[in-house]
Amino acid sequence: MKSSKVINVKRFLDFESLWIFILPSLVLLGLFVLPLIALILRSANPHAVEDAFSEQALQALTLSLVTSLITVVIAAAFGTPLAYILSRLKSTHKTWLEALLDLPIVLPPSVAGLALLLAFGRNGLLGSQLELAGIHLPFTSAAVIVAQTFVAAPLFVRSARVGFSHVDREVVEAARVEGANQWQLFTEIMVPLAGRALASGAMITWMRALGEFGATILFAGNLQGVTQTMPMAIYLGFESNLGVAMVLSVMLIIISILVLAATKRLENHTY
Amino acid sequence: MKWFLIFPLLIVLLIGCSKVATPSAGLEPSPNLPTRLSISTPQAQTLTVFAAASLTEAFGEIGTIFQDANPTIEARFNFAGSQTLQAQIESGAPTDLFASANKANMDALVIAGFVDGEAPRLLLTNSLIVVVPLSNPAQVDSIQDLAHPGLKMVLADETVPAGRYARQVLDKASRDPAYGRDFASMALDNVVSNETDIKQVVSKVQLGEADAGIVYISDSIAAPDLKTIPIPQDINVSAPYFIAPVIDSTNLDLANKFIDYVLSADGQAILQKWGFSPVR
Repeated sequence: MKSSKVINVKRFLDFESLWIFILPSLVLLGLFVLPLIALILRSANPHAVEDAFSEQALQALTLSLVTSLITVVIAAAFGTPLAYILSRLKSTHKTWLEALLDLPIVLPPSVAGLALLLAFGRNGLLGSQLELAGIHLPFTSAAVIVAQTFVAAPLFVRSARVGFSHVDREVVEAARVEGANQWQLFTEIMVPLAGRALASGAMITWMRALGEFGATILFAGNLQGVTQTMPMAIYLGFESNLGVAMVLSVMLIIISILVLAATKRLENHTY
Repeated sequence: MKWFLIFPLLIVLLIGCSKVATPSAGLEPSPNLPTRLSISTPQAQTLTVFAAASLTEAFGEIGTIFQDANPTIEARFNFAGSQTLQAQIESGAPTDLFASANKANMDALVIAGFVDGEAPRLLLTNSLIVVVPLSNPAQVDSIQDLAHPGLKMVLADETVPAGRYARQVLDKASRDPAYGRDFASMALDNVVSNETDIKQVVSKVQLGEADAGIVYISDSIAAPDLKTIPIPQDINVSAPYFIAPVIDSTNLDLANKFIDYVLSADGQAILQKWGFSPVR
């Protein structure tokens, strides 16, 4: 305790040279913080409560929460096995596979939406097969989930993959020596030890899905109560009801900051 | 503990910035303003035109002809949604004239003092048309077919002028016995998506995801791969576009010269070619 205080005083004396770091940091922090403060200040008006409970806002909020949570479940159900396989592959084989899985993260959402339409749309690659099966994806809530999964699930896979590969090899070897089979190894060793990584992956995925806009608007369209998620209602609010847009924005910011803070706490304790 | 020192600084920064906040802080101007870098000779005059996105093709052609007739003039265009252009002009974007697809955006600039109240002139009118994919999967052959149950129709959202006009068309049709009183509500039941701009409606129909859409005639001219079904004049709308020089223009003569040209018989003929209805 004492020694750390001494160091702090020393650093404080060195404060002048720190300006080189503080000033640029402040510029960037200002860029992040000012728009948020402006939004919160403007949305704090007498109509805010009324806007928050308007039918459009509530429908958008419900749809966003339901679809994004289903996306998280899908990402976890299908992403965990995939991440597990990736973590066990030799590094030479998986470079391209990992790059492919990271692609949706960096791809512009408009490209994602167009690609989804060309694959699963009525005239798409699988369109006629889906039509035969009686499935019509575009303009449905299911399409919202598909779009969200496309852009957000890779974040879960990435986090889970890192989590699995950080599990101590010796623990794995020991379990094998003890006679654990593949399933036991996965459920009793890997998942518990990578639990925090899985949880933080799920939360990041949830947030990304909640904020999804570009792919959804192209692939799912915009219909209140069916495909109009929060980001969509916010976008349309610019034209008509700025109050609803601002209230939804503030809600989205509050949910996001809480979940991101929780994720950071998890991550800081992981390794 | 030293990071605490950041907070007073941040607050100073905040206060400093709030002083310069403009009244229109809610509208963020998009950054796609024309650049001021000029490669032309110093004596060349530059005319900067802010025009509604739907005028892209028509004004592009008019600009070329205008420049050919006036070799010392260089015309630059910034095409975007009228509401975006309005926000850009309000935040001080340098421009000489504004062509708006909406009376409201022009009126807002008059009220804000960027355009003289007497200046706006009717440029053209735009009407609506039904578009269907070439394959016409839902076999839409008439306006009445839009009310067929199960048809997938896309419109522009009600917040977009084109979306409001499309609903006006459906309402007008409902008052006509030929369509029936339920026509508008049945057609609106078929709406699977309210797109955020009119070009999205065109794309959804082009991709064959929607069976039908209602767009401006000018959009259908710009997308020749679509089948069109005309909307009769008695139930159609005529959406007025306005053009006016901006008060702060440094090239007022030039701006008026351009306006005179687009309102001339030659200019109006080009607009007509691109699907607009001339006003003379």
